[in-house]
Amino acid sequence: MTLKIGVPSKGRLMDRTFAWFGARGLTMRQSGSEREYSGSMDGLDGAELVLLSASEIPRELSAGRIHLGVTGSDLVRDRLADWDMQVAELAALGFGQADLIIAVPAAWIDVDTLDDLDAVAAAFRAAHGHRLRIATKYHRLVRDFLAGQGVADYQLVDSLGATEGSVRNLTAEAIADITSTGETLRANHLKMLSDGLVHRSEATLYAARAADWTPAARAALADLARCAGLVPPALP
Amino acid sequence: MTDRATIRAEADRLFTALQETGAQVAEADILLPAGALLDLYGEDIRARAYVTQDPIRGEMMLRPDFTVPVVQMHMTHGAEPARYCYRGEVFRKQDHIAARASEYLQVGYEVFARDAPATADAEAFALFHRLLAPLNLRPATGDMGILLAAVRGLHTTDRRKAALLRHVWRPRRFRALLDRFAGRTPLPQARVRLLDRLRSDTPQALMQAAGPFIGLRAPEEVAARARSLIEDSAAPPVSHREAALLDDLLAVSAAAPEALARLQDIAASLPSIVPAVERFSDRLSALTALGIDTATLPFQASHGRSTLEYYDGFVFSFHADRPGWPPVASGGRYDALTSVLGQGRSIPAVGGVIRPGLVAALGAAS
Repeated sequence: MTLKIGVPSKGRLMDRTFAWFGARGLTMRQSGSEREYSGSMDGLDGAELVLLSASEIPRELSAGRIHLGVTGSDLVRDRLADWDMQVAELAALGFGQADLIIAVPAAWIDVDTLDDLDAVAAAFRAAHGHRLRIATKYHRLVRDFLAGQGVADYQLVDSLGATEGSVRNLTAEAIADITSTGETLRANHLKMLSDGLVHRSEATLYAARAADWTPAARAALADLARCAGLVPPALP
Repeated sequence: MTDRATIRAEADRLFTALQETGAQVAEADILLPAGALLDLYGEDIRARAYVTQDPIRGEMMLRPDFTVPVVQMHMTHGAEPARYCYRGEVFRKQDHIAARASEYLQVGYEVFARDAPATADAEAFALFHRLLAPLNLRPATGDMGILLAAVRGLHTTDRRKAALLRHVWRPRRFRALLDRFAGRTPLPQARVRLLDRLRSDTPQALMQAAGPFIGLRAPEEVAARARSLIEDSAAPPVSHREAALLDDLLAVSAAAPEALARLQDIAASLPSIVPAVERFSDRLSALTALGIDTATLPFQASHGRSTLEYYDGFVFSFHADRPGWPPVASGGRYDALTSVLGQGRSIPAVGGVIRPGLVAALGAAS
């Protein structure tokens, strides 16, 4: 096997990844039982599927243990420092869209923009003795975004799940999380900031710059690119 | 890559030279409580410092710089005036591949003195200048005190001045605030709508209509800000004249004598900066007296704006002609920091650090 392709190991992300390649004449097959996390690709010699949790794929790409990988652009940009030096984007796959946004309680009638959030953060710190907490799983993306926008006096607190509940639970004053329809936000009495879009995420096919790009792996990538109508990236 | 022994020897040489000026040796822990550093630098420091957990002392950081521990040490039991020197490793997380070292030596010097600030500024700069002279570095200087004085002197509300002062070190937000306060950019639509609704409804009624109140920020805090937004909308804009003067001031970048002349011109229309400009002038005299060629010394009014937030007066740095390098040495005055860390007490202070690793690399190349 020469070209290792990391694909999400379950759920809609896996189904739609299989469908995307299938529509391009590249049928992905899970080998053995559904519980076996490996597979192959019809129509492409020398390709090996590695089924991984979508959240592990950025790390595997970074380490070069897989040549290609499908995962959300939010995960790649958040988990990898200098992501574009570590991976090359081959194709946005047109599914898995979700926005990473900043949201505050809907009852904060005085807050609509980052400018408001920043002013509130200063007043909040003076009144409460600690910085305004923003709960998120996306530390790098959110910190870079807020630093670029010149927002101060906040702190990020880690949230591993049910982030939308952290304001009601008094563990944060605002959140930065993924939303596709905004329904969960509304159900939790939160609203998006009008200029608080941190990143528009989409399932994306990446190539790992650090992988072992043997002549055979390059040839398999060229075949894949031709079938899928992609421009192969410049690789070291 | 310069080897560690060479860098250590360079650090020793610089440290010895600093001790020979009569400065006391200051020691600092490597593991520092994270609280004071986070309060001072904000969330950005978490991205730049190594954070670790101590079972008893809680969140700790690997020393990202010496300034905070040296100031704390001085504020607890230092005599006045005091001059300190130190040498040791600092640790900075690097969020870019193959960028800068994440662990390196610093050698530094700090002066705590109540009298003659211009002389102390000149002393620190001239000392670094002398130690680095063989390397032909390019100096850069500025003075955050002039910009801060200009903002404090604007004819506008205290709330607006506080907002601008808070963002002096974040040029982008500072610009956005100034443009809005000066009426150069319109109020955001949502703000206009909110102000409209607040004309006919109380903040409490609007909050109730918006949904259940959740979170630690209390309804009274929301109402208080709503009132402050109404007040702000009634305040006249910062005059175009004053906003233009601030722009002129921020654009000053020239050799020190020309920069001084331009700032004196601006001061004629913006009298609040007169004392700060006089201090700049005094500093130049003090530098000349210490043998610095001030006629060619570069001065930039915005120098130091996007670096460390605690510098509030003279700022300086020395640069090598190497692309991508950080300054070989940098420093400045941080009077306000001592009051933040001194729990009510404060003392004017100025100082800086040299990176012996970079000095050694330049020495090896020449």
